Amino acid sequence: MTTLDTVDVLRKSRVVFIEGGQGVGAHLNTLGIHVGDQLEVVERAPFRGPVLVQINGTRLALGRGVARRVRVEEINDRPAAREIRVSQA
Amino acid sequence: MRFLLAGQPNSGKSTIFNAIAGYRAATANFPGSSVSYTLSRALIHGREVDVVDLPGMYSLSSVSPEAGEAVRYVAEEDWDLIINVVDASRLERSLELTLQLLQLERPMVVALNMMDEAERHGMKIDVEALAKSLGVPVVPTVGRRGQGLKGLFRTALQAAHGGSAAGTGCFDKEVQTAVAQVQDLLEDAGFECRLPTKLVATKVLELDPYFTEKVRQSAPQVENDIDSIVERLQETHGWSADQVVSGCRHAMAHTIWDEIGELGRPKVGWRERVDRLLLHPWTGGPLMVLILSAVFYTVFGVGQLLEAPLVGWFDGIQAVLEGRFPPETLVGALLSGIFLGVAGGLTIVLPYLLPFLIALSVLEDSGYLPRMAYILDNLMHRIGLHGKSVLPLILGYGCTVPAIMATRILESKRDRRITAALASFIPCSARTIVVYGLVAAYLGPLWALGIYLLNLLVIMVIGRVLSRFLKGRSPGLILEIPNLALPTANTMFAKTWLSLKEFLVIAWPVLVVSSIVLGFLEYFGAGAFLNAALTPLTVWTLGLPAAVGMTLIFGVLRKELTLVMLVQAMGTNRLDQVLTTEQLVVFTLFVVFYVPCAATIAAMARELGWKDTAWISGLTVVVALALSVAARFVFAVV
Repeated sequence: MTTLDTVDVLRKSRVVFIEGGQGVGAHLNTLGIHVGDQLEVVERAPFRGPVLVQINGTRLALGRGVARRVRVEEINDRPAAREIRVSQA
Repeated sequence: MRFLLAGQPNSGKSTIFNAIAGYRAATANFPGSSVSYTLSRALIHGREVDVVDLPGMYSLSSVSPEAGEAVRYVAEEDWDLIINVVDASRLERSLELTLQLLQLERPMVVALNMMDEAERHGMKIDVEALAKSLGVPVVPTVGRRGQGLKGLFRTALQAAHGGSAAGTGCFDKEVQTAVAQVQDLLEDAGFECRLPTKLVATKVLELDPYFTEKVRQSAPQVENDIDSIVERLQETHGWSADQVVSGCRHAMAHTIWDEIGELGRPKVGWRERVDRLLLHPWTGGPLMVLILSAVFYTVFGVGQLLEAPLVGWFDGIQAVLEGRFPPETLVGALLSGIFLGVAGGLTIVLPYLLPFLIALSVLEDSGYLPRMAYILDNLMHRIGLHGKSVLPLILGYGCTVPAIMATRILESKRDRRITAALASFIPCSARTIVVYGLVAAYLGPLWALGIYLLNLLVIMVIGRVLSRFLKGRSPGLILEIPNLALPTANTMFAKTWLSLKEFLVIAWPVLVVSSIVLGFLEYFGAGAFLNAALTPLTVWTLGLPAAVGMTLIFGVLRKELTLVMLVQAMGTNRLDQVLTTEQLVVFTLFVVFYVPCAATIAAMARELGWKDTAWISGLTVVVALALSVAARFVFAVV
């Protein structure tokens, strides 16, 4: 189990728990992030910047502080996209 | 008859609104571009209909201020039908709002907008099945190209006379029981509301501030009972009640999507490739600097190209005019006032304003602004804000008034106050004209760029200081990144025209009238008196000619006035012949920073209250003075 700010880029994962007060949870809910949803981090800005999350065809920018509150588990049923790319190369 | 356009942010409500009402609502490619509603009367199939463009809302919830505005409108105003505008390429998520709107149990039509985007994403949507599942008509549209809009409004007219939507869908058993219990409590307590009690009950379970307050006002005796129902729901699920309800809705939307939609392979085109570069950790930042510099130099280049011939032309006319009516006579003073007002607007303001507005509309419509918010999030954290504040700040380069309105997209009051304060320091297009028209035109573009960079530096310092003093919660960046889009020529021109019209209809007349007033004041010698009274500021502190005193007073009305008035006060278009480099820089610095214009003060008072407005305005004067004096010092040393 890890959080969205540290999970591997381009690895599919599933939301397990959203920490924090009502504000952040509700806000993430309305933008389409719920417990149980599958998502992946597609880009991570350098110097502890925000992460870019792809979920249900939508992309969301989440600040590191917000990303840290979203606990996820990696889905290991298939290798991450990056590994496929490496093996093809 | 009144139709409401309601939907999630960036689903294209304003685009559809403009297509039938003429270009009235400013559109842009980022979530939250409309923060208040716009109303217009339109003729639809021979019937007069009021159409209201509501601000976007992700959920029928009043947690954020701009969505709160939409919720309040839906709950309290009179209307006949809702057109729920849905971004088809984000259908599953959009359905969560649709399900809530259905609970209003009023006539409704779904506009399945951005069908072209959905196709690019490789999505297949069974429109008929969707309509059947929701129980309301669904019309596919592409708002940007006007496709399907005729059919949409025809369907809406028919539906407005037909039956109401039934609040379809069912929550899981525990939520349903909880909703029913709250509903019973409310009904027994004689709770009265224009909205269905079931909807209110659901919203109360979600702890929505607007509806909770409604209940507290008209049925305070049930509050404790409701609290215990909420607690029970939280205990059985282990999450907060609002997450439980929202999770249920999410599951319902997912079920509907599973039945009617199919996800294929998305197309990867140039937009996706460009986007990768724009957001890449290594290339994103440098590309942003490149893009912004390109905007700066293009505006400057085009402005120079337009300005030179216009100035020469008007100089000729002025010489003839002054030969025939000398400015020492009353008629001469009047005529030269009118002439300089008109000419100032045309020769100095328009050449830079026009390319600037076009460039800004390209930035807005392409969807680049939210990407800037992503890239700059880190930097914004250093001044105690987060990336979302970038949106109002960038809008501030156009005009400070919409920038201050746009602070509504920020979730916390603290962030709104700091961002509004900082936005008032951003040089708006009027101040940009002064920077371009004085500093860039006479001293070269690098000087102007220097002023912009200095401005950014000062803003960062002020932001840091303010965030130390203003305590409060800052939730961090949560922002949807829309797809990149090529701005269409139509929207670009319509939008530029909307802003330009503002200048032509409001600012230009003010310019001309002020110019005439200035002419008279000078003729009767009152100008000299006022200028003399201001010498402690103008001459002693800023080291400028006494004649600029009046221009600074007029500048509070509109900042463009300072430049045009300066032309008149100095009696020449060639300001570099009467002002030194130091004076040009000091004047510009002072104008860029001191008190925002009257319209901004009014907007700020509306959004933040008079107390904040007073200290922010005071702060701007202090900063303007400090910088101007510092600039004089630097010039003296170098």
